[in-house]
Amino acid sequence: MSLGRGNPIAMKITLEVNGAPRTVEASPWKRLLDVLRDDLRLTGTKEGCGEGECGACTVVLDGEAVNACLVAIGQCGDRKVTTVEGLAHGEALHAVQRALVTCGGAQCGICTPGIAVCAAHLVDHKLITGDDTATARAKVRELLAGNICRCTGYQLIVDAVIAAARELEAR
Amino acid sequence: MEAVAPVGTSVPRVDGVAKVTGRAQYLDDLDAADAWHGATVRSQVAHGVLEAVDLDPAFDWSQVTVVTSADIWGRNSILLLEEDQPALAPIGGKVMHKDEAIALVAAPTRALAFAAAKHVRPRITPLPAVFDIREALAGAQILYGSDNVFKQFVIRKGHASDAELEAAFARAAHVIEGDYFTSPQEQMYIEPQAMMAEWRGATCLIVGSMQCPYYVHKAMKHFLACDADGVVITQAVTGGGFGGKEEYPSMIAAHAALLARKSGHRVKILYDRDEDIAATTKRHPCWTHHRLAIDDRGEILAIDVDAVMDGGAYLTLSPVVLSRGVLHAAGPYRCAITRVRGRVIATNHPPHGAFRGFGAPQTTFAYERQIQKLARLRSEDPLALRHRLALRVGDTTSTGQLLEFSVGTDEVLGAIARVAGPAPARDGVNQHGAPVKRGRGVCFYFHGAGFTGSGEQRLAGRAVVAAVDGRFEVRSSSTDIGQGAITMFSQIAAAALGVEAHHVTVVDPSTAQVPDSGPTVASRTCMVVGQLVERAAGVVRGKLEAWAAARGVRGSLHDLARAYADVERRELAEIISYEPPPGIRWDDATYTGSAYPVYGWAACLVDVEVDLDSYEVHIARCVQAIDIGKAINPTIVKGQIEGGTLQALGWAVLENIVYKDGKVANASMTNCIVPTFADAPDLETILVEVPYPFGPSGAKGVGEIPMDGPAAAVANAVEDALGCAFDALPISPEAVGKARAQWEQK
Repeated sequence: MSLGRGNPIAMKITLEVNGAPRTVEASPWKRLLDVLRDDLRLTGTKEGCGEGECGACTVVLDGEAVNACLVAIGQCGDRKVTTVEGLAHGEALHAVQRALVTCGGAQCGICTPGIAVCAAHLVDHKLITGDDTATARAKVRELLAGNICRCTGYQLIVDAVIAAARELEAR
Repeated sequence: MEAVAPVGTSVPRVDGVAKVTGRAQYLDDLDAADAWHGATVRSQVAHGVLEAVDLDPAFDWSQVTVVTSADIWGRNSILLLEEDQPALAPIGGKVMHKDEAIALVAAPTRALAFAAAKHVRPRITPLPAVFDIREALAGAQILYGSDNVFKQFVIRKGHASDAELEAAFARAAHVIEGDYFTSPQEQMYIEPQAMMAEWRGATCLIVGSMQCPYYVHKAMKHFLACDADGVVITQAVTGGGFGGKEEYPSMIAAHAALLARKSGHRVKILYDRDEDIAATTKRHPCWTHHRLAIDDRGEILAIDVDAVMDGGAYLTLSPVVLSRGVLHAAGPYRCAITRVRGRVIATNHPPHGAFRGFGAPQTTFAYERQIQKLARLRSEDPLALRHRLALRVGDTTSTGQLLEFSVGTDEVLGAIARVAGPAPARDGVNQHGAPVKRGRGVCFYFHGAGFTGSGEQRLAGRAVVAAVDGRFEVRSSSTDIGQGAITMFSQIAAAALGVEAHHVTVVDPSTAQVPDSGPTVASRTCMVVGQLVERAAGVVRGKLEAWAAARGVRGSLHDLARAYADVERRELAEIISYEPPPGIRWDDATYTGSAYPVYGWAACLVDVEVDLDSYEVHIARCVQAIDIGKAINPTIVKGQIEGGTLQALGWAVLENIVYKDGKVANASMTNCIVPTFADAPDLETILVEVPYPFGPSGAKGVGEIPMDGPAAAVANAVEDALGCAFDALPISPEAVGKARAQWEQK
């Protein structure tokens, strides 16, 4: 493997993306973000800053929300990735996606896939509950602090995430 | 009769599902594997003469297209108000700021394009540069005209001469005088600037992230020296704008067109975040000197304001930003004698430009600090004082505009008073165990909706509603940049037509298929263009009903539209042009009259907690009550207000652009910070509806107003907490620390 100098040799890497095995041939240094967007044409994952600050490229990698701009594809062999394209089942949206639409949690929408992925991960793992107390809202804010939205002021996103958690609890 | 999704209900956004599933196609998501990538070579010198552009002979240029000003066949300027800004610094001419575009490269991959850009070597002979507005005013270097003044205004009310004004100050029982400084601010839309160009024969096709397709169209016609059909501009789904995609996209469109023409490929230009922060426009920093003359009863005798903005190296939209700044500078208060002066000055900073609020947040900060000082001087309740002095129907503004309707003063101040509750205890301890001082601040403010003065008449925006194949289309150049324009238009059209909203399609804005409705700016999309849509829809409905009556056709309007299409085999389209509401009079020479057709009115309450260990200002509570006439879609309106409010709170305490020798020193999201989920308080939003008789269903603008007031409310709250004045933004931990000697004595 090249250490980042010259032309790194392309490798075949197999990973599971949204439940399906995918094999790509790429430099191990290529960003997971670019593999998703360019090689696999999964363009729901967005790039806002390329340095792990904005969270627009959030995906779940083996049960952990990560910034796909900070992960090299060489680290992803045999691992499982969930992107925004993997949240809905066909036309049936994830509860978080539905709530983001109904509560007004998406405006320009460029940060929305990253927020949806992170929030869906949090409510699916019951890290966020349907409580709407000041303490519970502060916890939602803390857990989502890696995702920046410039449009909403966050209020309606917090509402949406709590509404989604409540809906999942009621099932 | 079919059910209608009425105006005033929170129907889900039309584009909501596409956005939450990641299917919405922003520029970089479009299938363009064949497109080449463009990169920009920028000046690292703030002021100088561009002698030549050299290429590193050691680099392999075989797969790279390089463009300099010598490749421009049309006119080397980005036309907006004036022609002073070149698309590429002219070889042999001047470079005016750091990160100004000097040359362009395109290559098959983004990596190669960015690598090649590093091997292009501009040769620049430096000239002395000016970064301080006082030095620029003193004429240290002449950058623009004869005195570096891009534009100045003087507005006078109730006095004929400066001596008369000074006599009013001489009569005053008290004079409150202060200097206020507001910092430059980055829009920080999460999708960086993005544009793609392609040539088909002699026609240039541009698609990209933008607010104003016809601004780009106008600039490109001029730049390419072509007629209106020579260039087609199409908006892609746009990941935020806030003003930052008002004027700058024209520059990138010009660059992409040059590269596409010379390389023979489609060319895509995507800005890196760092490049976007460094090179594109930001909010104008502003220095406002403000004097209030107060009589012994506590009434305002006279107001005198002098605002100076740093325009940066080129004029861009600075005169219009200044205009809005000065027109709001006297505030929403009764006063017989006012003088407002404003200047915007050329420096060697990158150009400042449009950002939500557009000059008004800067001057609002100054007047609401002054009003707060008046309240402290008189030991008067800050809300009661504002209630006592505020403009109402029958009063006149600083331009002599008689307010005849839709003044929500009592409603917004009353709403804040009702929810305020007791002020927080002054002293305490926060969750980290640090001692805190708490305080409360309020502010009261207004924002003119739509273009200034005669702007809307000059613009003469148009919109179309058409019945096509049994459906209805809205065609306008107003873009959805996240603010919900297409949802709002579909609601307005559906209500006026009497059909369900899903029968209405809002056509994607492309200059090939929509008329020029004016730009998507100035809180005008709902009020001005929405009203055109409402009128056009009403005419289409009337014509369809008349057509059906003449033929004995019955049914819903949707049925009539289908019947019309079947029988007539053509569309029924109605184009409506802007007509000013009655009573609008404006004099550009004296800057008097109806500065805006109507105003939004707002009041804000902020509670802060200042950490005495870290000096951080924590926003504990923020309530905004805003009169927007009518909320077409309350959830969308709430989202607009909350988003603007947080941008204002960020500007107040943590956002800043730091210039070092004319270059943005914090051009990265790591150190050019904006509020996160964890920085933001829960936002309380109260929608107040005092209808505007000439807006669609009574609606006025909403986009900008929430940005204007909160920064002053924060400063007023910090003053309440610590007992000393904070008259400059941001009120960062560094600023609180520097003032320590003052507040420790209190």
